[in-house]
Amino acid sequence: MNLTMYEKIWDSHLVVEAEGQAPLIYVDRHLMHEVTSPQAFEGLRMTNRKVRNPHSILATMDHCVPTKDRHLPIADPIARKQVEVMAENCKDNGLNLYDLKNPNNGVIHVVVPEHGFVHPGMVVVCGDSHTATHGAFGALAFGIGTSEVEHVMATQCLPQKKSKTMLVKINGTLPKFSTAKDIALAIIGKIGTAGGTGYVIEYAGEAIKDLTMEGRMTLCNMAIEAGARAGLIAPDEKTYAYLQGKEFAPQGAAWGQAMAYWQSLPSDEGAQFDAVVELAAADIAPQVSWGTSPEQVIGVNGVVPSPESFDNEGKRKACESALAYMGLTPNTKITDIPIDFVFIGSCTNGRIEDFRVAAEVAKGTKVAAGITAIAVPGSYQVKHQAEQEGLDKIFIEAGWQWRDPGCSMCLAMNGDELSKGQRCASTSNRNFEGRQGKGGRTHLVSPAMAAAAAAAGHFVDIRNFG
Amino acid sequence: MEPYKKHESIAALMNRSNVDTDQIIPKQFLKKVERSGFGAHLFHDWRFNDDGSDNPEFELNKPTFKGAKILVVGDNFGCGSSREHAPWAIADYGFNTIISTSYADIFYNNCFKNGILPIKVSSQQLESLMAEINANEGVRFVVDLENQQVITPGGNGFTFDIDPFRKGNLLSGLDDIGLTLKHVDKISAYEERHKKAFPWLWAQ
Repeated sequence: MNLTMYEKIWDSHLVVEAEGQAPLIYVDRHLMHEVTSPQAFEGLRMTNRKVRNPHSILATMDHCVPTKDRHLPIADPIARKQVEVMAENCKDNGLNLYDLKNPNNGVIHVVVPEHGFVHPGMVVVCGDSHTATHGAFGALAFGIGTSEVEHVMATQCLPQKKSKTMLVKINGTLPKFSTAKDIALAIIGKIGTAGGTGYVIEYAGEAIKDLTMEGRMTLCNMAIEAGARAGLIAPDEKTYAYLQGKEFAPQGAAWGQAMAYWQSLPSDEGAQFDAVVELAAADIAPQVSWGTSPEQVIGVNGVVPSPESFDNEGKRKACESALAYMGLTPNTKITDIPIDFVFIGSCTNGRIEDFRVAAEVAKGTKVAAGITAIAVPGSYQVKHQAEQEGLDKIFIEAGWQWRDPGCSMCLAMNGDELSKGQRCASTSNRNFEGRQGKGGRTHLVSPAMAAAAAAAGHFVDIRNFG
Repeated sequence: MEPYKKHESIAALMNRSNVDTDQIIPKQFLKKVERSGFGAHLFHDWRFNDDGSDNPEFELNKPTFKGAKILVVGDNFGCGSSREHAPWAIADYGFNTIISTSYADIFYNNCFKNGILPIKVSSQQLESLMAEINANEGVRFVVDLENQQVITPGGNGFTFDIDPFRKGNLLSGLDDIGLTLKHVDKISAYEERHKKAFPWLWAQ
């Protein structure tokens, strides 16, 4: 039998398939943050249930935390309460928590790989849709709701329906200046935000093999924006090299044993997928989203589309309302769109490599007049690494703000937000209405494109920049 | 969870596609540590003007849709974040049934945990239901989960498919966790096998 990687992981985690019930799948790792967990702990207390395996859990505080003046108490009393409740819940249940004072603190999906907590072949969940990030390691990782967070804490299992499989193949080599972010956006532009619904996507092809682990995390992170349950990339030498020596990676003799297992995970030759999508890497230009859904995206050399250019009523209507919200006129060149704000960070693009690329672009430039630009590292580790490399100085000299880690303006829960009508070049993952502040307008881009836009005051084609 | 019962109710219409969970419950309301009270903030940014007054343009503010338990919406409802605050807000507002052509995956799962029945229909069926509501705002549909049927006065009724396990749980209002814990011996046995096969996962 030729199996896909998804089927192999599914089969090895099937606990019971009872008549008339959804199959129960075993969960190896449970990641946690302060926003989607308090009601789950409350549920456990009300039913007098215990956490089945505290060692399977790693928790952080990231969504509602301030990214400056960390030495002060959190000003927002409701956010402060949420953080306090998280600390109490972790203490009461003996869970490993990277709180705000911990040098390991940061965005959950940035912190977890830094410590090697997720390995190939695992089933990983978190009350957060961007859990898909960890598919970069060949782990089946997906977001769950708070009731399911409670379910996993109490039982270490989840009732699950088996997904269909989709192979997304990116053939050839990516052009210079196009990145994993651009691949992610180009795929969503092609298949739509519901294109992956009901599927687990496996990304393959030369361009995927060429990506660094960080690039693979960026790509899998946005599998959810394509509607997929999870994204997966076959583990290879890069995966093993990234994991080796990390705190929670297998040590000593267990390393060889784990490697042998990991090498058995990639999809078999001739394995059948329910759907196959192919893109030529050479066609993927740096992308900029123009609307209020990640599928409303185009190459930087393009123009804002007109509603008439869409072939179905729903898309025409969506384009009209997106253009009204975004304050854009059809046929405007993307490079003529002025911006007010730049955000580099998030679980999509908040890793060291992202700041290296952005700093290279920002070096020797100045943030254009009237623009606020903030760089928010995904974790303290990223922050300290960047500071060791002198990247913070490059940003600060260029007029950027250099902040403490957190989700920050990716979802603007912590007070970092746009005002009504402000337009932002953002390395995050969602350009929904109001996502970065009520009335705020978000354009999704790669870190290099964001840094170039900060200097120019409008979007620029990074291929012709500098 | 309350058992899901057959009911007749006003069907409210929101003719919008790709409605995301950031719209269903904007992030400024996610900081509460309780499960209740989210209905007051459902669709906040669309529902209220900047001064906090009701936005008369927003569909659900129409007097004809007051008290609706059924929400008829466009494609790909509930996309985006995994926040269960979205179905909490929908249920707390008073809806127990959604009718659409498609739902985002996590949102769809979350509905069942909160006594909400998300019904899937074809694009044609959705169009005729929307036309019926537009022609007769305040029209009442009957939803019969037991027989997997929706009945409308305009004759656009239909039967729908639903996973029998999920149907059973909605009808009985059964606690999912309790159901899983019935298999606790099998979970323990799995863990023993798992420890032998993947010992490095259990190193502490």
